Amino acid sequence: MVTPVHDLGAASVRFVEELGRLARFGANIAAAMLRPPLRIGRFVDELFKLGVLSLIIICLCGIAVGAVIGLQGYNTLIRFGAANSLGAVVGLSLIRELGPVLTALLVTGRAGSATTAEIGTMVVTEQLDGLRMMSVDPVHYVVTPKALAMIAVMPLLSTLFTLFGIFGGYVIGVRIMGLDAGTYMTSLEDAVDFENDVAGSLLKALVFGILVGLIATYRGYTTAPTSAGVAAATTSTVVIASVCILVFDYFITALWGV
Amino acid sequence: MRRSSTRDFIVGLFVLAGLAAVAYLSLGVGGVSYSGPKGLLLVAKFDEIGGLKKRAPVVISGVKVGEIADIALADDYRAKVTLTLDPKLKLPVDTTASIVTAGVLGDRYVSLQPGGDDHLLAPGDQIEFVESAVILERMLGKLIHNTDVGGSKDNPSAKEKATAE
Amino acid sequence: MTTDLTSTPRTDSAHLAFRNVCMAFGDRQVFDGLSFSFPPGRISVILGGSGSGKSTALRLIGGLIQPLSGTIIVDGNDITRLSERQMYRVRAKLGMLFQGGALLDWMSVYDNLAFPLRERRQLRGDAIAARVRETLVAVGLDGADDLLPSQLSGGMIKRAALARAIIMRPLILLCDEPFSGLDPISARRIEALLSEINQRFTITVVVVSHDIPSTMRMASQVLVLLPDGAVEGTPAELQAATDPRIASFLNPDLDAAALHEAGRVEALPSRAQTGTTW
Repeated sequence: MVTPVHDLGAASVRFVEELGRLARFGANIAAAMLRPPLRIGRFVDELFKLGVLSLIIICLCGIAVGAVIGLQGYNTLIRFGAANSLGAVVGLSLIRELGPVLTALLVTGRAGSATTAEIGTMVVTEQLDGLRMMSVDPVHYVVTPKALAMIAVMPLLSTLFTLFGIFGGYVIGVRIMGLDAGTYMTSLEDAVDFENDVAGSLLKALVFGILVGLIATYRGYTTAPTSAGVAAATTSTVVIASVCILVFDYFITALWGV
Repeated sequence: MRRSSTRDFIVGLFVLAGLAAVAYLSLGVGGVSYSGPKGLLLVAKFDEIGGLKKRAPVVISGVKVGEIADIALADDYRAKVTLTLDPKLKLPVDTTASIVTAGVLGDRYVSLQPGGDDHLLAPGDQIEFVESAVILERMLGKLIHNTDVGGSKDNPSAKEKATAE
Repeated sequence: MTTDLTSTPRTDSAHLAFRNVCMAFGDRQVFDGLSFSFPPGRISVILGGSGSGKSTALRLIGGLIQPLSGTIIVDGNDITRLSERQMYRVRAKLGMLFQGGALLDWMSVYDNLAFPLRERRQLRGDAIAARVRETLVAVGLDGADDLLPSQLSGGMIKRAALARAIIMRPLILLCDEPFSGLDPISARRIEALLSEINQRFTITVVVVSHDIPSTMRMASQVLVLLPDGAVEGTPAELQAATDPRIASFLNPDLDAAALHEAGRVEALPSRAQTGTTW
């Protein structure tokens, strides 16, 4: 009877301790960001690995999601004679929610897990210790460029996803269902507002970028130096980051929206 | 560290594409807002606004010239609506503000019909001539009521028909 | 608790020394009051079976982990009192050869060697190239510049990692199991390289190993980590030791009875004493 309660308490304490370590880790990254040398080369490398290499998946999924919203939206709106608002429906869904959230989830799966695996492997093969012995701070050299790149890349990818999605909806609505192109775009433009919608979308993407960047690098850095350690760390990155993205999405939506 | 310049170029393109996308979404789709200090502020009081929302467009002859900045309850329990408009507009004091609906079931917006007076509305002035929103349910209710009561001899109403049977 | 067989007196300005160091990982105690001192400019070897804590000792010297208590002297500084940032300055005098090489796997051999030089920014481009070339030749890897670590054999990885460890001309070179995973020829090559580096560049070398023959050949000082304590001495002193623990450790092929026969041990160890597994 007492043991489950005891275990729960112990688990809670461990959870809070872990959060504390994560926060300290984040503070280290922030401090390292400001210390020279600036490692621009490494940052650009990471932009390529996290951003450019994610483009195909973002492009394809964006079009697919936009097309699905277009299809579902059309079928529903046509019943109320409001098919002309398809542009608004597709655009607002993507800009407010699906753009930032789906992009973040896709990037977590692809780039986030890759980041954790890379750093984790470096822990297991003692490369991080090797860096320390050469008087190079592994957080400064390896972690910070990756985390910064993730933060920078997320809003860009999210917006590209949204635009590809709007295009996907356009293909369905205009080319296939026969709506007027001008109506599609105008209803979109009329409904979308910078302050309420686009700014919130970019903020979400930025916050998600920070979350994934922090979690992915932290899990990699704290990988257990065993052969199963890297796999476990990678899995936990995807799980934890995904949950955090969706939970933070709710809070940002609640606090930002009217 | 040997790093290919092709990679750097591609990264640069990617960043540019991303920033262009953000710019397009913000300005092209999101649109510029006629916010506070830059716009011409006018006030209008309505008996019924019927679902008019903040940031709803204000149009003249179908062209968007501003938006609703604020909606509040006035002391006399009428709706006080603040409009923010393109500062270049010159509106006469006998301009009318009407709340209309886009389509039958669409959103409400405000349409202005400029009058012919020589005197112009100054910032902060109240528009005197207003047409409140038409509530569809009340209109239908009136229609049904009139049809029920006002039946003629040749065309007995349903009620009279029933009593006659 | 260390048994010191050396006859030479210990000096206070130690180059590399442990004083009463205690270390544990959770519940598992690794060292309890370990003390030793390695002479400067010589090759010293830390011997021990698996799990005896030899790699831990090396990591303590490098400051990668902190002891529970005790003092660790590296080139006259007590490193247990230093912060991570202060350690970076101490590490400038150290070079470490990790068991797996720990080369940065996305960079070529050349870039791996040039990395510490570029980071310290004391040399210019041409000087860097010259130093890298010189070091590659010294370890026999001339021509492997553009290869990635994944393209190297086990022996080549060790040699490249060794080159990287000495390229900054450190005072002390730490080697974690440099012969592990190598065929006898490659192992001999590494052994020869270590001796050459020690003599040519006058670098103090600390080697962690479980190979006894090579240890006896190259070491000036040996520290044997036994389950119930540590023993320190020169190879000759250890070979002549009558302590049954040391004798059975150095001659694992012979059992206790044969050792007694050969006059190597004073008394037959009881079952309780020999209850250790290597």
